[in-house]
Parts: sequence; C-alpha cells; structure tokens
Amino acid sequence: MSELSVKHLLGIKYLKESDIQLIFETADHFKEVINRSIKKVPSLRDITIANIFFENSTRTKLSFELAEKRLSADVINFSSAQSSVKKGETLIDTVNNILAMKVDMVVMRHPNPGAGIFLSKHVNASIVNAGDGAHEHPTQALLDSYSIRERLGDVAGKNVVIVGDILHSRVALSNIFALKLQGANVKVCGPKTLLPKHIESLGVEVETDLRKALNWCDVVNMLRIQNERLDISYFPTTREYTQQFGVNKALLESLDKEIVIMHPGPINRGVEITSDVADSKQSIILNQVENGVAIRMAVIYLLASKIK
Amino acid sequence: MSQKVLLSEKEINIILHRLACQLLENHLDFENTVLIGIQPRGTFLADRLTKILKEDYKVKHIDLGFLDITFYRDDFRRGEKPLEATATKINFLIEDKNVVLIDDVLYTGRSINAALTALQSFGRPKDVELLTLIDRRFSRHLPIQPNYRGRQVDAINDEKVKVMWKENDGADVIYLINK
Repeated sequence: MSELSVKHLLGIKYLKESDIQLIFETADHFKEVINRSIKKVPSLRDITIANIFFENSTRTKLSFELAEKRLSADVINFSSAQSSVKKGETLIDTVNNILAMKVDMVVMRHPNPGAGIFLSKHVNASIVNAGDGAHEHPTQALLDSYSIRERLGDVAGKNVVIVGDILHSRVALSNIFALKLQGANVKVCGPKTLLPKHIESLGVEVETDLRKALNWCDVVNMLRIQNERLDISYFPTTREYTQQFGVNKALLESLDKEIVIMHPGPINRGVEITSDVADSKQSIILNQVENGVAIRMAVIYLLASKIK
Repeated sequence: MSQKVLLSEKEINIILHRLACQLLENHLDFENTVLIGIQPRGTFLADRLTKILKEDYKVKHIDLGFLDITFYRDDFRRGEKPLEATATKINFLIEDKNVVLIDDVLYTGRSINAALTALQSFGRPKDVELLTLIDRRFSRHLPIQPNYRGRQVDAINDEKVKVMWKENDGADVIYLINK
C-alpha cells in the first residue's frame, strides 16, 4: 500500500493498521533526511499550510512548523490570542477566510473535542488534528509508537502502561487506539478519580498499584497532571500524587527488569517523574521529540499527495 | 501488449564489461570517485558494475551509494499513483568528489534532474557524470545526455523499456514492451 485510507488526520480511531505502517515507513525515510547536513527536500513547494492554534503549545507547534518547512511548504501561523476570534468570529468563518488565501492544508489545535471533525465537514482543505480538547492527539500517539518501534523493534506484543491523568488526556486516548491497533497490550494506571469509567471497554486493563504496573510493562508512558483542565480536586495534594504515582530512580532500580521511559512533555519535574529518571539512559523522551518531526513530515507528505 | 527482447544476457554482459572499462579509463583507481545508483532500479546496475570492477579489474575500493529521488521529483501530486519512497544509503561525503550517477534507462531526463537536486544535499561534488544502460533517443524533456551509454534505442512514447536483473527478476534481459 502506498496511500493513506483517509483524507484528513482527525484521530487514530479513523486509521487502519496499514495506514500506521505506511506512516512509519515514510517517516523512516524522513528521519534519514533530517539527519543530513542539508535537512530539506523540495516535495511540497507548491503547498501552503496554515497552523491554527486555539490553545497553547510549544513542542507540537514547533514540530509541525519545522516538519512543514523541511518539506518546503509555505507556512502561515495563527494563534487565537492575537486574532479576530476575540472579536466574535466563528471557527468556520476564521478558517474559510484563511482558506480564501489559497491554503491547502490546516493543522489545528482546539480546546473543544471534535473541532477537527466538525471542520473537515465544512471546509475544503485537508485537516490535521494537532489536539482537540480531551479527545485525540494523533501525531503524538504515532510518534510514541514509532519511538517504541525504534527502541524495541516492534510494537506488537509489547506491554505498555500509561500512567497519570487518563481522564483529561488526549495523548492517552490516541495512544490506546494506536497501541491496540498495532497489537500491544495496554494498561492504564492512576488515581481512580482520574481514570474514566468504562475505560476497559477500549480493551485496556486498569491498575492502581504503580509498582505492579511497572513490573508488568516493557514501556511506561508518564503523563502530566493537566492542572489547567482540573476543574475540581481529583487528589488531595500534589505530594501525595507524587508518592503514589511518581516514578523515581529508587523505584526503577527495585524492579525486576529495565523498562523504557516515555513522556509526551511538558514534564513537571519532581511531580510525575524525577529529573534523574527523565534524563537517564532508559528515557527516550528526547528521541520522541526528534521522531515527532519525522512523523509529522510523513503525515503531511502523505496527506498532501492526496490533494488534487 | 507485446514484447520483444532488446538485449539478451550475453549482450548485457558484454556491455557491462565495456561500461566498466570506460569508467576505469576515466577514473583509474576510483580514489576520488564515487558511484551512485538511483533508486529503485539503478541500484542493480550500480551493484553489478561495482562487482565487475572489483572482481575482474581488481579495483581495491569503490564508494557505492544509493540515492532515492522521490522527494525531489517534479511530478508530486501530478501522476495517477502516489509516489513511493525507497531508502537512501550514502555513507560518505561527496564534497569535491567525481560522482557517477547510474540509472538503467534514460528517458525524459526528469529523474536525473531530480537526482542532481538531491545530490546537493550531500555536498558540492567536483563533477557529475551520468551512466545509463539504455538511452532512449529523441525523448528528452531536458538538456541531459549520458557520458556513458550501454545502448541507444529508438522507442516511441507508448513503448516501454524494461530492464530485468537476475538478482531481482530471475534473469538478465531487456524487453521493449508495446503497451
């Protein structure tokens, strides 16, 4: 297969396993490209991409922008803070105005779940979801799986545990879809208040004892406590959270085996993960960031090839 | 669809040896020369020439690389089928080297144009030459000509030249296919 089955990347839920493999194989080539002294290819010189961010982002925005520029696309950036959205313009009007300037693809982050799906039904451009509320963050899940594949050879059959605020995390949901699609075994771990009800229906197991979860897994993906989304108090104190669900060197050394540490960033050092763990050899946190550029290049390249 | 044999295994073998000798004549010990096969099908020819140079003509060391040109092509989104990338394997610098680009068939010249652009990502070569097994005459879209050619062929536009290799297709043979 050499073509994606979708026109937009709205979520992992809408992808097939073969789509993920195609994205990975394409990302392999782009990873070679971004490690050359001249890191740029001219493929998308006739494509214009708008990055529309209605929510704060550092890594994702930079990573997308870099990926687009490495492919020679023209890039325009938009963030809602300095825009007419504040004057009362609707999402469709904002995007249609941007598209009137002949834009071919929109990369969007939005605080409302489903914003990308809504947009894809109403505007004529290829949409890439860069995070929609607590729903999905597909490129993050793709780069996470890609990083596991790079470190452990394969994703199928691996035991992965996702620790932290599962309830508010789009990274967790996209990761669960992606990992299950590729045949990995997934557990989620965190305070019961931060685990969604009926999460088992997605085919994952729940574990509230971190030590047990770590002893079971090959890879642990540590999530951040999303303070900006916590409307009520979900656990007594940050210190108590750290004691029960934080990973530190002593805990890792007491395990039977060496596990791979992942974190989608931004890290709250000393809360969910200590500095010595985040910076250790077991951690592939910075590999994830590097792979993020290659994965986003692959996604944009493959979607752009479907624009006629 | 009909096809006829353009070159047999024996003829291909003679041509490969001639091309190897021509390369040898210009580059002697290959100290400052690198061979680069263009993916996907120029790599077999590049491999074969390298083998002949090493085994039959005792060249001690040859730098051989493979270059993928997918991301440099000018027909992205223009063709029927999406373009599929293959691996680039160039483990050396081409800065100040004599580069010989190798491809099986030279047709419109657009692949070579893309390869020349792609090469720039690996440094500034001293000079670049082109070697092709089959040169389809009168079909060029760009002013590109080979320095070394196996055989010149007059083929009309709806004909296709297909080069088969033992290691990939089971036999060394070149067909002219009428679509």
